[in-house]
Amino acid sequence: MKRLFDLAQVSRRELNQALHDASDGESFEVTNPRGTHAVACGITAEIDVVVRGSVGYYCAGMHQRGRVLVEGNASTGLAENIMSGRVHITGNATMSAGATGCGGLVVVGGNAGARCGISMKGVDIVVGGNVGHMSAFMAQAGNLVVCGDAAADLGDSIYEAQIFVRGDVESLGADCIEKEMRPTHVETLSRLLAAAATVPAVNGPDPADFRRYGSARRLYNFTIDDVDAVARAARERSEQERDTRAA
Amino acid sequence: MCGIVGLFCKTETHRHELGRLTAVMLREMRDRGPDSAGFASYDAGMPDRTRITVLAEGVTVDWGPVAAALEGLLGAEVTVRAVHDHAVFSTDGDGRAARQWIIDNVAGATVLSYGSQIELYKAVGDPDLVAERYDLASRTGTHALAHTRMATESAVTTNGSHPFATGADTCLVHNGSLSNHNRLRRFLEGHGESFQTENDSEVAAGYLSWRIRSGDTISQALEGALDDLDGFYTFAIGVADGFAILRDPIACKPAVVAETDDWVAMSSEYRAIARLPGAADAEVWEPEPARIYTWSLAA
Repeated sequence: MKRLFDLAQVSRRELNQALHDASDGESFEVTNPRGTHAVACGITAEIDVVVRGSVGYYCAGMHQRGRVLVEGNASTGLAENIMSGRVHITGNATMSAGATGCGGLVVVGGNAGARCGISMKGVDIVVGGNVGHMSAFMAQAGNLVVCGDAAADLGDSIYEAQIFVRGDVESLGADCIEKEMRPTHVETLSRLLAAAATVPAVNGPDPADFRRYGSARRLYNFTIDDVDAVARAARERSEQERDTRAA
Repeated sequence: MCGIVGLFCKTETHRHELGRLTAVMLREMRDRGPDSAGFASYDAGMPDRTRITVLAEGVTVDWGPVAAALEGLLGAEVTVRAVHDHAVFSTDGDGRAARQWIIDNVAGATVLSYGSQIELYKAVGDPDLVAERYDLASRTGTHALAHTRMATESAVTTNGSHPFATGADTCLVHNGSLSNHNRLRRFLEGHGESFQTENDSEVAAGYLSWRIRSGDTISQALEGALDDLDGFYTFAIGVADGFAILRDPIACKPAVVAETDDWVAMSSEYRAIARLPGAADAEVWEPEPARIYTWSLAA
């Protein structure tokens, strides 16, 4: 049985409390979100939530297990810090979709704005359309799949996340380079496209049409000389501390 | 943090309720800026006359003698009506000269706007109460801008409230902060602009006024702004016959735009747009950084 929450009638707090108290297997339907912030935040159970309309900031933030479907658009911070489970919006997302996500899957049916996947730490993000500038900024782990184009400075200061783009990349950020698509990457990409295949824009692209981008590993990896310098500094610091204690 | 909203009626359909819809949008942005608010609206009610909106904060000004003195200066009839602590002068004479004369001669008065279309009101206090006191809901017209302010770097004063307008029918609301406004203010003062506050956003308004007064279109003025303004900004801008949006190249201040056949609305957050008629079917998107968006009544 599906439980109904009309946000024109009940508060966001009542809705979120009910979602936090829910048991595995329950289903929820939310109407009249009207751009409300923090809808369906902090879910930890294997539940299904359908939101009919557009939501505000931080929808499905800190999401863990369970599935959230938004039939509409989402504003800043969609599924921020998602740990597992699935968050899917049919429309567009504004800034920082999937930011800092540690796991799970975020699917954006339309376009995502600036800094999509900023500082992502293991989440998979599939965008049916385009992503804005500085997407995957300082991304550490996980996969960002873009079926459209990517705006300027894609993957700036990226660590070990992988980016797959089907369309044009306006420019790559510092230390982000195009990399060879090996069979293992085609496999990863195919799996993610299949997982998001309910999105029309995602259902169809051939993995062979995508290019892969990732870190050149020049920016964050210390060179051997630097490692020596770091080790020397640490040694000197501990010697100083010892001298201080002795004094 | 601040909240900004703008509504531009492309067709006649909602012009009779421009103020009511703007008030609905402003209300949703209350908690982004609960300490002060302001709004500007544009209408073609008196196209051949210039209106000058003036605020007297904390002092009582007898507006009748001011109007009489302006008549002498301008050599034209001047009428005035008081709206609480604001006054709206109306004349066939030179609005720019009237603005400067009031700034120079009326103690405690701040000229908020002048032009053939614009009226502008602002005050400290709850945005809903500000809208109510100056009867935003009853205003009709083609487009409106409004702002809710949460002061972070200067005092909560009416003069720090938005919108800002220094030139004819050119008005701006701003979310962000500019870092080169002092140098730019000095430059503009050397080029004929006069300022009444220390506020960075007033300098941005003055910059656009200067460019437009020098013959630029709003698009050309905003192209210049991308080069000459340093800092963070999401702007909504009104001119006599149009509406524009600009975000800085980093675009960390929020903005969302929705458009239907009848209107264009922009806001800091979607919830301000969600309650507009037809919002559910509007095209909604995030304006791109450093990209100039304009809509014109002439188009």
